[in-house]
Amino acid sequence: MESSRSQGSGRFFGSRQGTLMAVVAAFFIYPFVVGDYHIDIAFFFGIYALLGLSLNIVLGEVGLFDLGHAGFYAIGAYTTAILNTKYGIPVLLLLPVSAVAAGLFAYLVCSPIIHLRGDYLCIVTIGMGEIVRLALINNPLDLTGGPNGVFGIDFPSLGGIFVIDSPIKYYFLIWTVVALTIIGLLRLQKSRIGRAWNCIREDEVAAGSSGIDVRHYKLLAFMLGAALAGVAGNIYASKLMCVSPESFTFWESCLFFCIVLIGGMGSIPGVLIGAAAISLFPEILRPFAMYRMMFFGIAMILMMMFRPGGVWPRKRGEGAP
Amino acid sequence: MNGSSPAVLETRNLTKIFGGLTAVGRFDLEVRQGEILSLIGPNGAGKTTVFNVVTGIYRPEEGQVLFRGEDITGWKPHQIVKRGVARTFQNIRLFPNMTCLENVVAGQHSRGASGVWSSIFRTRSQRVEESRFFEKADRCIDRVGLSRFRNELAKNVPYGRQRMLEIARALACEPALLVLDEPSSGLNAVETEELMRFLEDLIREDALTILLIEHDMNVVMGISHRVAVMEEGRKISEGRPEEIYRDPRVIEAYLGKEEN
Repeated sequence: MESSRSQGSGRFFGSRQGTLMAVVAAFFIYPFVVGDYHIDIAFFFGIYALLGLSLNIVLGEVGLFDLGHAGFYAIGAYTTAILNTKYGIPVLLLLPVSAVAAGLFAYLVCSPIIHLRGDYLCIVTIGMGEIVRLALINNPLDLTGGPNGVFGIDFPSLGGIFVIDSPIKYYFLIWTVVALTIIGLLRLQKSRIGRAWNCIREDEVAAGSSGIDVRHYKLLAFMLGAALAGVAGNIYASKLMCVSPESFTFWESCLFFCIVLIGGMGSIPGVLIGAAAISLFPEILRPFAMYRMMFFGIAMILMMMFRPGGVWPRKRGEGAP
Repeated sequence: MNGSSPAVLETRNLTKIFGGLTAVGRFDLEVRQGEILSLIGPNGAGKTTVFNVVTGIYRPEEGQVLFRGEDITGWKPHQIVKRGVARTFQNIRLFPNMTCLENVVAGQHSRGASGVWSSIFRTRSQRVEESRFFEKADRCIDRVGLSRFRNELAKNVPYGRQRMLEIARALACEPALLVLDEPSSGLNAVETEELMRFLEDLIREDALTILLIEHDMNVVMGISHRVAVMEEGRKISEGRPEEIYRDPRVIEAYLGKEEN
């Protein structure tokens, strides 16, 4: 998708600003020249971009293996679904609520496990994601609708005034959120917070001995990542108008992981490329749907062999974007 | 060095046990304001363990660590840094995939307060803080003579320079006490000489206090005001370098007892 170049370096196309302008222009024109089907493809690209960005905080910036990210996504989606269908709260108002709910959930479940390292943390997060999914299937307090999920979620609106009810509006909603997220994350990368995250990824002991509160910044990354996944969950729930546990499987978490690894850990343009690959490949490979997983597997193996840093690794130092 | 200078760092009865092994046992040490104190001893004597307890990486089984009279036993490393103790590591621990400047700026972390929102919205106070951070880091990096490497990734810098970079990062923490674990290891003769002059400058110009572990006896004898000797987790001798040099217990610890 064109937008994957939005943070691009302009070396190949003249100035960086020029490229950025062209991408933004293409982004605005695109939905008016293609049909609903292709707009929806671009919408799901946006959802995966947002989810990739959210996991990138935890996995890319801090280097924490989180294979249960779909759990946070689910918390966001179900928060919106339940509060909207049961209490009629407008979906757009629930956007921050879903973010806070997922962030709070991350704080509660990650506090006791945050000191675990590498593979150990990875395994616990897999368990966390699965527990969320199984809990949703078991229909606690008759809230989640069991395996069928929750139906009849409204269009995003602010109580009837501003209603997002067509693919093109959804397209602009998700990409506005993605754009704002990117701006926020780029600023975080270039701040005390982003540097602290990177230091922890590089060497946890040295980070602590340089004055960084390792535990605090790891938890912060999990909470922010979960909150963004919660936002994605909110938009996803209203787009599909229903949520069910099968949308939040371990496989989804693996996909998010692939998005970050394909693009390059800690690289925002990389995440966009990764999200494009994950959401567009299945469309391109539709005639070979049977072999889709095989293509994925081969692509990942080749990536790890020939470009372990990702397609677009983050550059540092002079001239880095 | 005036013996009546107040203690900056004090350990009392410090004990650290790994499994059944007492790495450090009932260890008392006093580092006085403005001095360079060298901790020496054979390999495995427990010197690095003392450092790790002092800087909060290990929690001692017994005993206390006092910094400027305040009990900092069992504090987290970042809390101890904020109080004014910065360290380096025996086997250099930098942030390899970050630039030298970013490495040094990391040391300034505890001297700032900006959070997520002020960073996202680039508030005035956040921008002021950032420029203060980078000015300070620039001064530290100049000071160790690494200006031309500032935008290089730390892992691409020559070994000897990496040692100095680590010291620059520690200086960026704005410490009162600098704790250096074998700063001269891996340095050549010229670099070692530079390091010694540099440490003396820090004492003279910045009113710092330095505690170091050192194996190079030229460095120990050349710049230390006092020396403490460890063997098997205990302090066996302490005093001025020339006293230590002649102490039969120290000679025995290093060379073994004379057969007779």
